[in-house]
Amino acid sequence: MSIWIIAEQKEKKLKKVSLELLSLGKKLKEKKEAEICAILPGSEIESLAPQLGHYGADKVFLLDDEILKTYSTEGYSKTIACLVKEHKPEILLGGATAQGKDLLPRVAAKLETGIASDCIDVDLNSDGKLFCTRPIYAGKVRVQSTIPDSLPQMASLRPNVFEVSPPDESKSAEIIKVKPSVTDQDIRAKLKEVLKEAGEKVDLTEAEMIVSGGRAMKGPDDFKILEELAKVLGEKVTVGASRAAVDAGIAPHDMQVGQTGKVVNPNLYIACGISGAIQHLAGMITSKCIVAINKDPEAPIFQKADYGIVGDLFKVVPILTEAIKKLKAQE
Amino acid sequence: MNIVVCLKQVPDTETKIQLKDDGSGIVEEGIKYVVNPYDEYAVEEAIQLKEKFGGEVTILCLGPDRATEAIRTALAMDADKAVHLNDPLFEGSDSYATAKILAKAFSQLSYDIVLTGKQAVDWDNSQVFSYLAEFLNLPQVSVVVGLEVGSDFKSATAKRETEGGEKEIIEIPLPAIIACQKDLNTPRFPSLPGIMKAKKKEIRKMSLADLGMSEDEVGLKGSKVKTSNYALPPERKAGMIIQGEEPEDVCAKLVKLLREEAKII
Repeated sequence: MSIWIIAEQKEKKLKKVSLELLSLGKKLKEKKEAEICAILPGSEIESLAPQLGHYGADKVFLLDDEILKTYSTEGYSKTIACLVKEHKPEILLGGATAQGKDLLPRVAAKLETGIASDCIDVDLNSDGKLFCTRPIYAGKVRVQSTIPDSLPQMASLRPNVFEVSPPDESKSAEIIKVKPSVTDQDIRAKLKEVLKEAGEKVDLTEAEMIVSGGRAMKGPDDFKILEELAKVLGEKVTVGASRAAVDAGIAPHDMQVGQTGKVVNPNLYIACGISGAIQHLAGMITSKCIVAINKDPEAPIFQKADYGIVGDLFKVVPILTEAIKKLKAQE
Repeated sequence: MNIVVCLKQVPDTETKIQLKDDGSGIVEEGIKYVVNPYDEYAVEEAIQLKEKFGGEVTILCLGPDRATEAIRTALAMDADKAVHLNDPLFEGSDSYATAKILAKAFSQLSYDIVLTGKQAVDWDNSQVFSYLAEFLNLPQVSVVVGLEVGSDFKSATAKRETEGGEKEIIEIPLPAIIACQKDLNTPRFPSLPGIMKAKKKEIRKMSLADLGMSEDEVGLKGSKVKTSNYALPPERKAGMIIQGEEPEDVCAKLVKLLREEAKII
């Protein structure tokens, strides 16, 4: 059997989800003998290929070409679909990242197959068929999905769910260079410009920890104390917001956690002044640890939080920031 | 300009979902259905394009009888007419089969641009627009938060959200499929005259036979992804409220717990 994963890189760095996918591949391989192949599209990214071998790829299909320098739906989907048609793997996996959500369904369409989106668990059943667990209704319900009659069986894996197993530097992958079968004419939707915000933020869906603010926030400046807390917690930490804060116009929509925002899955979620409406809970309930800080002891968020502090966030958060700073300084 | 909006009716996001006892699906009774929130941005954008350039907005909706209400809402917002793909045989269609049905309907429509939501908030797949774009051989832009259409209707510039606050500017020839994100606009509320007028607007019903499709292409038979074992996620138990006299004590206790018990900082 052949299990393929689509490795994603950004600015010549592998995304963590690529390593999560390889670790998942290794888990599946324990159930049924399989070869793990990684597809690595991009430009001037050859140096990333050996790393994929350390994390479990037996083969790497290196699609290193100027035309793949920036992501395009049509360029990437055509290149990947052509390669898959040629080699016919049984399973094709990718990350449910911003890029993956745009790319993978288009690849599935080209291959006339199905895809289970945003899976939180992927396994093989007794017939060696892919068996996926995925949340629907923003996590209010879970279902199991299979793709019994078409190949490849495709799934996208939610980032931050599957643990990365340690690399083995003695393992190396066979690296196969492939010329992408795509020309400039194939790419009709063309990227003209990338608008970056000052100070690169970690995306909510990939953050290891999130500090979120809700209705209690009265203006954009109030988020500064949350940013301070996020900063002392570490690098892959970012600030989120509830729908109440976004609808009030004090936080941009790309910060929104919940059913009409982003579904997140960090190790630590600190909800500050968030009551815990059903739409918000749906978006963050799979966080590994939830801390709630709220003035109202009756707030529903306390029913879901591992640790709760009843108090005014404007008082508590700066003190918490100092306490963590002190802890980190002792190390 | 001919604008088509693909629209889905979904349970309101406030809904507490209940499951059938045998895990074969969700209980539909008592659910309040609404226009998929992301599709509302698509409808609004379509109407704004019509107001700017003239033309016609057609709503294309696949769903059972109850979806008529969502279609009427879009018509009341000022869409012009609708095609309702309604056949019991369509039930159970996955994204692939849904897009096949929609694509068949498109062969009877003329369109300069197709707008839809970036995902439906029931199944959260975010797949149908990509399948549809492929089946219609159209370019796509997803998660769109800004859209400018050229006055010749031959091209458009879209701003799309990617990650970490980053945006991309994409130039795209028309026709194309645009999958809309919150922030694109502020959807209008249907006005009373709008609601009255909507009652008289044409909703063309189309069944499997009207589309000239076979039973094998739709519903569960035509689907690639099979779904089973509906379950509620494991309940999260309430943890502890950290007690203490002063916020300093409480925070110190929390930090200790996060370090020693939860082992995450």
